[in-house]
Amino acid sequence: MSNMENLVEVKNLKEYFNITTGMFQSKPLKAVDDVSFAIRKGETLGLVGESGCGKTTVGRTILHLYKPTAGEIWFKGKKIETKADIMEYRKKSAMVFQDPYSSLNPRMTVSDIIGEPLDIHKMYADKAERQEKILELMNRVGLNSEHASRYAHEFSGGQRQRIGIARALATSPEFVVCDEPVSALDVSIQAQVINMFDELQDQMDLTYLFIAHDLLVVRHISDRIAVMYLGKMVELADAKEIYDHPLHPYSKSLMSAVPVPDPKIARANQRVVLTGDIPSPLNAPSGCPFRTRCPYACDACAEAMPELKEVSPGHFVACHRVAEIN
Amino acid sequence: MALLEVRDLHTAFTTPAGTVNAVNGVSFNLERGKVLGIVGESGSGKSVTAYSIMQILEKNGKIVSGSVKIDGQELVGAGEKVMKTVRGNKISIIFQDPMTSLNPTYTVGHQLTEAILLHTNRNKKQAYDRAVEMLRLVNINEPHKRMKQYPYEFSGGMRQRIMIAMALACEPDILIADEPTTALDVTIQAQILELMKSLQEELGMAIIMITHDLGVVAQMCDEVIVMYAGSICEQGTADEIFYNPRHEYTKGLMHSIPTVNNDDEKLEPISGTPIDLLNMPKGCPFAPRCDAAMKICLRERCQRMEINEDHAAACWMNVKEQMEQEEGGEEA
Ligand SMILES: Nc1ncnc2c1ncn2[C@@H]1O[C@H](COP(=O)(O)OP(=O)(O)OP(=O)(O)O)[C@@H](O)[C@H]1O
Ligand SMILES: Nc1ncnc2c1ncn2[C@@H]1O[C@H](COP(=O)(O)OP(=O)(O)O)[C@@H](O)[C@H]1O
Ligand code: SF4
Ligand code: SF4
Ligand SMILES: [Mg+2]
Ligand SMILES: [Mg+2]
Repeated sequence: MSNMENLVEVKNLKEYFNITTGMFQSKPLKAVDDVSFAIRKGETLGLVGESGCGKTTVGRTILHLYKPTAGEIWFKGKKIETKADIMEYRKKSAMVFQDPYSSLNPRMTVSDIIGEPLDIHKMYADKAERQEKILELMNRVGLNSEHASRYAHEFSGGQRQRIGIARALATSPEFVVCDEPVSALDVSIQAQVINMFDELQDQMDLTYLFIAHDLLVVRHISDRIAVMYLGKMVELADAKEIYDHPLHPYSKSLMSAVPVPDPKIARANQRVVLTGDIPSPLNAPSGCPFRTRCPYACDACAEAMPELKEVSPGHFVACHRVAEIN
Repeated sequence: MALLEVRDLHTAFTTPAGTVNAVNGVSFNLERGKVLGIVGESGSGKSVTAYSIMQILEKNGKIVSGSVKIDGQELVGAGEKVMKTVRGNKISIIFQDPMTSLNPTYTVGHQLTEAILLHTNRNKKQAYDRAVEMLRLVNINEPHKRMKQYPYEFSGGMRQRIMIAMALACEPDILIADEPTTALDVTIQAQILELMKSLQEELGMAIIMITHDLGVVAQMCDEVIVMYAGSICEQGTADEIFYNPRHEYTKGLMHSIPTVNNDDEKLEPISGTPIDLLNMPKGCPFAPRCDAAMKICLRERCQRMEINEDHAAACWMNVKEQMEQEEGGEEA
């Protein structure tokens, strides 16, 4: 049973890594711990949270680039189970990385980089069709197709990101996970790439999971935003709603910490500055993961992990005291 | 007399590909107790300006000409002996990556104490106490215990705070912060910025805040310098720069960032690619990317022009507007 408006559904997803802690001991690092959410067809879902909270791991596990420790992933109303399901799903999904260059072979030409997914999924009849597809993809992302035989290192950061996007789009995916795709770029170039993501979404009917740490960029591009903390999802709501009226104590401090590029707003802003550092995921606190830094923590917070509950239509929060503190 | 006066600073690097003129005629004043922001894209000369002031350029770099005065004392040509007393005592710097400036093989306590011994007239015991006090000041819990730990035992945000403690331990008049929070999460960034601001108010020092993040500038800075291709293209109070930008590059920058007011609008990117300092155009360095470029922009570089007493820019558009106004005035 699944809702067809949802392109991707994640149910009780867990991704644990085994970390060696002593000569004969190891311990599970719970990078993603029991996360459930859905991504609607055609939307951009932003994913934010502190470094190490599990954003990239969610992105990779959703695409089955990591085998989930537990939980289910549904694509277009169908559970991804068999090897064949995974292969088919890989063709319909793709990932864009922060710096495509470092994840690509420096000895490959742009045309080989973009063509590789086509080769893997055997998506052309002959050489001519392959080349035609590559040039069309280059045009689509605003790269000069005369440069197809150049190497990636000959391009600027913004152009490399376009190469990465062209490669991701090669198999005509429906779902794209974008992991910090503009973080490495200069402000002026960032805007070019953000606009391109927007245009490609319209042209190709794409659905995005957009991971970034710049909250204003995420707010700009996303329809909804999910906030993670220490492997858990703590809040999920409409982008403007969560930015303007965050309900979870962690989201509140996160949103208030955003440096707004407007001196008058910035001066008036009441920041909720957190003390302390994010705990190691190897020693996550019992109960609510945020309780060691939460100004509202009480005894109950140490006992049970609050569930992600819908507190108003479309607004989900995981906090025992959400009603009292808002 | 301003605390820091920089005049017509030129700094160049010798490279196999040719001479890189990284800083081309930078001038500004910094008053006591003020926060000055320097913004601009990667490679625009922000760090090189800072390193020139501190005279910590890499071996292939050299101040070609210009003047840097602190409290009226000329530093260019003053020699390494003078600079040794200036660094740490009068100016300190925090780098983007604290790992490059903390020595991984010594405890944090050792490094802090050494820096204090080097720059102040304290004995060992006093230096140790001062180090502990500084750690407390930057909100490091259990400072006595922390003194015995090595840099790798701290998180990124804590290391950055230790760097701040180190830079401030000697009570400099000027703190240069080169992208101090770029590598940090927003909540940790907010912690560090609040800390810097409160220490600045408490100790009355001046800060030069180098960043590419206009949000950080809006939050922290009284005055702003916008750099492009090694030159200052615009300079003024934060309000003037944000609400009344008068250089086409600054305007482009403001339109290309998402804010809380332009959600539903398309961002307006700056076209083209960043400048190549080895192939500088003849006229305005921004002309190849400027939508408003005129003929004169390609031929000749515009000089710095006062917009009002809080604001100056080097853009021919202002000259054009002024001429149009004067013409209009004559007709009327
Ligand atoms: N392959 C792996 N083996 C062991 N631990 C891992 C692995 N990948 C990630 N982790 C750990 O899982 C946690 C979540 O990592 P993840 O990369 O998903 O974080 P993130 O939210 O993407 O952070 P950032 O913002 O820094 O990119 C971290 O503690 C990380 O160290
Ligand atoms: N040691 C060096 N050798 C050659 N060129 C350098 C050196 N250091 C900096 N540069 C060049 O000087 C210019 C300004 O650099 P920098 O001040 O670091 O820029 P940013 O504004 O990003 O801080 C850049 O073009 C950079 O490549
Ligand atoms: S559950 Fe408790 S500790 Fe967690 S966010 Fe809510 S109030 Fe804070
Ligand atoms: S001087 Fe001319 S080219 Fe330069 S920014 Fe102004 S209008 Fe554009
Ligand atoms: Mg990541
Ligand atoms: Mg720099």
